[in-house]
Amino acid sequence: MSAKIVIGLDGSGSGERAVAYARKQAKLIGDCELIAVYVIEWSPYSFQTPEENEERHKRRNEEIAAAESRIVSPAVKKLKGDGFSARGIVKHGHVADLLNSVAVEEGADQIVVARSSDGGLASRVFGTSTANLVMTAAVPVTVVG
Amino acid sequence: MKKLTLTTLALMAAGSTTALAQETRTIDQAVNETFATVTGPFVNFIFSPLPGTSFPWIVMWLVVAASVFTIYFGFIQVRGFRHSIQLVKGDYSDPNDAGEVSHFQALTTALSGTVGLGNIAGVAVAVGIGGPGATFWMILAGLLGMASKFTECTLGVKYRNEYEDGTVSGGPMYYMSKGFAERGLPGGKILAVVFAIFCILGALGGGNMFQANQAHAQISGILGDYPGWITGIVFAIVVYAVIVGGIKSIANVTEKVVPFMGVLYVGTALIILLVNFDRIGWAFGQIFEGAFTGLGIAGGFVGALIQGFKRAAFSNEAGVGSAAIAHSAVRTKEPITEGLVSLLEPFIDTVVICTMTALVITISGLLIVDPATGNFVLDGNSIKTVGDVSGVSLTSAAFATGFSWFPYVLAIAVVLFAFSTMISWSYYGLKAWTYLFGEGKTAELVFKVIFCIFVVIGASASLGPVIDFSDAAIFAMAVINITALYFLMPIVKREMNSYMSRLKSGEIKRFKH
Repeated sequence: MSAKIVIGLDGSGSGERAVAYARKQAKLIGDCELIAVYVIEWSPYSFQTPEENEERHKRRNEEIAAAESRIVSPAVKKLKGDGFSARGIVKHGHVADLLNSVAVEEGADQIVVARSSDGGLASRVFGTSTANLVMTAAVPVTVVG
Repeated sequence: MKKLTLTTLALMAAGSTTALAQETRTIDQAVNETFATVTGPFVNFIFSPLPGTSFPWIVMWLVVAASVFTIYFGFIQVRGFRHSIQLVKGDYSDPNDAGEVSHFQALTTALSGTVGLGNIAGVAVAVGIGGPGATFWMILAGLLGMASKFTECTLGVKYRNEYEDGTVSGGPMYYMSKGFAERGLPGGKILAVVFAIFCILGALGGGNMFQANQAHAQISGILGDYPGWITGIVFAIVVYAVIVGGIKSIANVTEKVVPFMGVLYVGTALIILLVNFDRIGWAFGQIFEGAFTGLGIAGGFVGALIQGFKRAAFSNEAGVGSAAIAHSAVRTKEPITEGLVSLLEPFIDTVVICTMTALVITISGLLIVDPATGNFVLDGNSIKTVGDVSGVSLTSAAFATGFSWFPYVLAIAVVLFAFSTMISWSYYGLKAWTYLFGEGKTAELVFKVIFCIFVVIGASASLGPVIDFSDAAIFAMAVINITALYFLMPIVKREMNSYMSRLKSGEIKRFKH
């Protein structure tokens, strides 16, 4: 039975560090599938205008397509090109919750995420998500510095 | 020209400001008189009483419809209430649909179009004319209206148009044309066109002029009296910037601030009620006594009933059809779920928020009572109030008896509520407009410009004609919409029975989150 590692991507350098670490792990394990997950932050409890609601389905598809083409597909393609077994998943929701639920559903052995070293709000948010994940995950989590 | 010369001369004179004020008052008056004359016949028709009574047929129409739906769907507002809350919480939402419009979002978007001035100013008008007893009828109408909302919003989702690019358009126009065709009934298209015309008028009336009017009343109450058209122009510019200029940031900020304002409003009302805890029992006594005796108000108990029903319908829009437009964007495989969620709307809007306002006004003691008889003292048709206030000013004064600073917060809340309601209704109006004239940049721009012009008219006209026209236009929508609902309600029943039985058998599963 092969091992599985879930990698949290965030479209920045820190996500790439997580990928680099997961590759190392996968090499050591041998028979290991890498699952690259990108989560689009979204809450069902936000407030929206009627126009936003009308276009939501279209926007959602655009968001998924953009995340796949810009972040997930290139990462998966590179992993596959280097001989790893890999696939990608894009989801909307809460980052920590979803990385955990994907790992549980897939029966993954661990989750690899990076602690963002960049400044700015987005990385702060990602940093918080990492902390949340560590606190709530049902699967071992490795945080790459 | 003569007026212009006079103004120029007056401006040069020392007392220029007084003359300018008089001149601008003349503009307001002219707008007001023309408006009242033009809309008079339409308003009179909608509010004409049933033969031999003083009871407007339109009010009867709404209440009968809400009662019919309540019975026909077996008190769905009671049976389905718990499940509605589970749906809003997302207990039954498929996690794979994350990122789509949730039940919560559809509900709050629709609520931001209804919660607003109806709850603040409308209730004050009802209580100011119909006395505290109007509250009882308002709550009853709110509870019954939940079934009307359930019916129209289920149909709104079922018959919406889903376009290839993923956008959706829904509302009464669509269920009238498609639903009637499906049942093999004639006239669906005609109803849809007539509804769309009334929807445009409703958007310009209740969704626009009433809002601008009351926002001006609130601002001038704080800054001092000044001509309404000035507020109108400022509002029109901001509305134009959002709906034509596409400056979404303004709308986004409003959409985010409005819910907090709502919570702040209810929170303050609760604190005032808690402080006056000993008077709550008395206030409910006034509400019940007034509901059946009128406590001396014009028209007696029927007067209280009419006011209560009218303001409830205006506030929560149940049976009007506007909510069906707002709710139709939700992502669900089961239209009935959105119907169930939408029935919470009249509950939150009327049963909770309107009742809060009515209780605060009653407890404030601003309505003058004759100590000898225990009845209210009348001033014309309405109850005499301390400081001669009515509409939103009455609510403001009532809240000020608890917190002297509250009128400032209320002024901000009213302006934001008015603005968010205008944005929502500009959307409803636009959907009706594009249904009639087709989608296209020019057609849309024409409507949006007309919408902005009506903001100015609404702020300039006096409260009476504006309220009459707003009510008449919105009720005219209800005439058409409810007619269609009667024909289409068997479809809703079939959906409801199928859904409820699958829910009971466990076929519809609750997702673990």
